[in-house]
Amino acid sequence: MSRGAWMPVISVVGFVLLWYIGAEIAQSRLLPGPVAVLQYIYEETLHGNLLTQLGITLWRVVASFAVAMLIGSVIGLAMGQMPALNRVLDPWLIVLLNLPALVIIILAYVWFGLNEAAAIGAVALNKIPNVVVTLREGARALDPGLDEMARAYRMSPWSKFRNVVLPQLQPYFAAASRSGISLIWKIVLVVELLGRPNGVGFELHLNFQLFNVTAILGYTLAFVAVMLAIEYLLVQPLERHSTRWRNKPV
Amino acid sequence: MGADGTELTAIRDLTLDLKPESMTVLMGPSGCGKTTLLRIVAHLDDRFIGEVEFPSDARIGFMFQEPRLLPWRTVRQNIELVAAPGFTEEELDRLARSVGLTEMLPRYPQELSLGLARRVALARAFATKPDLLLLDEPFVSLDEKTADRLRRLLLDVWSARPTTAVMVTHNAREAILLADQLVLLAPRPTHVVAIETIDVPQAERDPKMIEALHSDLLQRFPANFSGL
Repeated sequence: MSRGAWMPVISVVGFVLLWYIGAEIAQSRLLPGPVAVLQYIYEETLHGNLLTQLGITLWRVVASFAVAMLIGSVIGLAMGQMPALNRVLDPWLIVLLNLPALVIIILAYVWFGLNEAAAIGAVALNKIPNVVVTLREGARALDPGLDEMARAYRMSPWSKFRNVVLPQLQPYFAAASRSGISLIWKIVLVVELLGRPNGVGFELHLNFQLFNVTAILGYTLAFVAVMLAIEYLLVQPLERHSTRWRNKPV
Repeated sequence: MGADGTELTAIRDLTLDLKPESMTVLMGPSGCGKTTLLRIVAHLDDRFIGEVEFPSDARIGFMFQEPRLLPWRTVRQNIELVAAPGFTEEELDRLARSVGLTEMLPRYPQELSLGLARRVALARAFATKPDLLLLDEPFVSLDEKTADRLRRLLLDVWSARPTTAVMVTHNAREAILLADQLVLLAPRPTHVVAIETIDVPQAERDPKMIEALHSDLLQRFPANFSGL
């Protein structure tokens, strides 16, 4: 590895070291060191229910993400293609964009009860307007020249969608899912904290009441690790694969 | 439809008879609706009132002013995607060889020069085994040498598989080199000034003959040939 490639590693190791020294100096229950937190994660994984809680939260993230991307993409593409529809829906889009996540969550629980569907629906609804805005831009940026080419050559609707439209939208899907996954998992924790009997958010709430900072940091770290794994093992390789035609030397 | 949303009549009362397996070249000043005409024939323009006696499910090969290749598909995929049903691997290889693209098949369009990208567009147009080939200034903005080589390639591929073709161009010498039937147009609304038939087979047209024909046409139709 070159020197530049080591920089992120050095940066992370430096942070952990700083954390260790800080915790040693503080000697407080409210600032446990990295060793104590790792030990907690290890213990909870073996004897507690950390993995179950992570799994439950992850499933909620995936479900909300899928719902938000699907509905948001359909609405966004339609709005980008149809100016009349855009004029009708645009004010609602702005309202939804500016509505605090907390309001949506509370109303969803009040109106639909403290259940899974309300939780996932509330999270998705928080993300949908961002997806709509991004994919609307994508639909507007579609190249009319390529569209004419596809029509002149009588490409079938499916072939045109797969070979002409979808690759043009790919960067917009990537942008929407990138910002989506991080936004969604934060909101999922709030939803769990307010009205679910399980998940990482529920555990955080519980341990907050117990003032168990070690548990709070342990759960946070564990879930961040899961999200990092998704980013590096799933999102980035997928993105590299779908943009492999770009950045080729001429 | 004009850029300001008002309706424009670009073309009125225009009839063209195309002889099968012949090359018709449309020539006229900028803005005289040549491109619009091609788009109407290809059923790309829905706001046109009139008749195109040409089934909308017929196979069309269209070379646009820009190559219009899909940058995320390889050269091979670009050609295969629109190729006629039953277009075989061998046919594709033969077509690629005839336009000098064999080496380029696994590459992406971004790696190609404009001249090479135009060759791909040419191969793609023929891969559809078109009933009608439409060429909208396909060799514009190339240097003269490259353009000339591409014209020869077009003639080669075209004579290997004779196809009814309509081409639009600004370039008088290009028109004289390629046309069986030369249609001179005038603008607003577009109408036919004259139709010239060139009987000499394309392969036998040498520079001397092209120059002679050019100066003759320049004399008779100064509006269409001056400054070109």
